[in-house]
Amino acid sequence: MDGTIALFLIQDGITNGAIYALLAVALVLVFAVTRVILIPQGDFVTFGGLSLAALEMGRVPGSVAMLLALAAGAMVMDLVAARHDFRAKRIGAILLRTLVPAGLISGAVVLLAPLQLGPAVSILLTACLVIPMGPYLYRIAFQPLARASVLVLLIASVGAHLAMTGLGLVFFGAEGYRTAPLIDANFQIGPLFVSAQSLLVIGATVVLLVLLSVFFGRTLIGKALRASAINQRGARIVGISTELSGRVAFAMAAAIGIVSAILIAPLTTLYYDSGFLIGLKGFVAAIIGGLSAYVPAVGAAFALGIVESFSSFWASAFKEVIVFMSILPILLWRSIWSPPHDDEEE
Amino acid sequence: MSALLEVADLRVAYGQVEAVQGVSLSVEPGTIATVIGANGAGKTTLLAAIMGLLPAKGGVHFEGEDLAYVPAEERVARGISLVPEQRDLFATMSVQENLELGAFRRGRAEIPQRLEEVYALFPRLKERRRQHAGTLSGGERQMLAMGRALMARPRLLMLDEPSLGLAPLIVRDILKTVSQLRDTGVSILLVEQNARAALAVADTAYVMELGAITLSGPASTIAADPKVSEIYLGGGH
Ligand SMILES: Nc1ncnc2c1ncn2[C@@H]1O[C@H](COP(=O)(O)OP(=O)(O)OP(=O)(O)O)[C@@H](O)[C@H]1O
Ligand SMILES: [Mg+2]
Repeated sequence: MDGTIALFLIQDGITNGAIYALLAVALVLVFAVTRVILIPQGDFVTFGGLSLAALEMGRVPGSVAMLLALAAGAMVMDLVAARHDFRAKRIGAILLRTLVPAGLISGAVVLLAPLQLGPAVSILLTACLVIPMGPYLYRIAFQPLARASVLVLLIASVGAHLAMTGLGLVFFGAEGYRTAPLIDANFQIGPLFVSAQSLLVIGATVVLLVLLSVFFGRTLIGKALRASAINQRGARIVGISTELSGRVAFAMAAAIGIVSAILIAPLTTLYYDSGFLIGLKGFVAAIIGGLSAYVPAVGAAFALGIVESFSSFWASAFKEVIVFMSILPILLWRSIWSPPHDDEEE
Repeated sequence: MSALLEVADLRVAYGQVEAVQGVSLSVEPGTIATVIGANGAGKTTLLAAIMGLLPAKGGVHFEGEDLAYVPAEERVARGISLVPEQRDLFATMSVQENLELGAFRRGRAEIPQRLEEVYALFPRLKERRRQHAGTLSGGERQMLAMGRALMARPRLLMLDEPSLGLAPLIVRDILKTVSQLRDTGVSILLVEQNARAALAVADTAYVMELGAITLSGPASTIAADPKVSEIYLGGGH
């Protein structure tokens, strides 16, 4: 191996690592606020990518039906929960946050999709379709379990992922898609060829990470999310509802999923069930970082990307094996050095 | 029926065990009501139920409105704040961030002015505003918990054992602050182990034993009650 190849592999690794970093950050965010290990994060990415591909071809994406299904589910759950207090105002509020927005978004997408208005509009429509899926999914699968243990929440999360993949097959079909790259160019820097797409990936990831740190450090709602991650009861007694934090965390995870989707859809072919493996890489990075800290998770994600690109060069058949095996020594090391703690608060 | 807070026949159970067994009490506007009682009497449980943190049977009315289906977060918005026994601060956030979050339901715009008022009440917090809440001393934590509750500009402030683990001098300061707050129009429901100190500042008092109110009346009358003075005030004066 010479220097050029090594540089190329590092570039490739950093590009992949940037995508894993986004996934890891979404997982850490959702776990910190709700204690849910969000296996469906990868599904947000694939559904985002498949929606972009469909819109690019001028078709109505399957995510329209998916959004309506999730909104209907959330509405039923809300109506059941409101059965003691059945006033018109209350029911109106429930409709206003479930079927009404989902219906409007779906209508807009059905009207605009055939016009093929270009990548910016496609991205906007995809965001409108996929971001609300986060809070609806939280409402359906996790809000009723707010007091459950991490294990129960994980089981619910696996269940939610399986259900989403099943719906994905129904609504998107079994075919795989890839989108056109947003920018198609290459530069030569010294001996290194750099593709514009990988610069875009790294740049977008860095920008998103900076925005997130501003959000958590400066805005009141960002601080409220941190507060509910630190002390749930303390958050409630200052008026931050557990449900609100959960919904915001899930919406942010879905939004981060869209960014990941925009970045990887031109690089890999996505199928309805690609989400699991994509999510797993982010999960490994988040676990290495301890599931509760952003900076180590991001660091681990970049390290993982580089390990992956070097192992695909030296032993491509074992690429995934090496990546997933690398978690073992690190977990062992962590369990030796960090004191044991319960997974329940207090 | 002009009481700010009206609690009627409140019952709270942990599984089979009923920790609060039909408690009725009221807090009049601009007064301090205190609930005294031994360990395990159910005082903390009572406050948590009034706040909406525990499911309870019976009626809780605030400003004449039934709170039965109002969740805890909404009760904060309506003007009830709790300083819990565990304080429940955001340990890895700064003092100032803790305070800002106290005003979460009032919105960003009110924060600077509220902060100034709280810092005027607890100058110590201002000195420590950049420090993590988890590194504060016990007394400072108590001040922060009270300050955070006051950021919401409550009409009813519920304090659970504000004197817990504090030196007598600080207890005196804290209770002095409590009576100052009453004078600015905040009504207070004060739960205390330290019955002597509580009865000294309160207007009305309730004695709670094994989940029920056994005695109630003006604080001075309760303080003079021979049984109360024997059990809670450590014998005759
Ligand atoms: N989470 C819980 N599960 C079961 N029982 C509980 C729980 N919390 C409190 N209890 C019981 O309810 C009773 C009342 O407890 P509570 O904390 O309200 O008492 P308290 O009057 O505040 O006591 P202290 O003065 O020691 O703070 C006690 O017997 C306690 O053991
Ligand atoms: Mg108590």
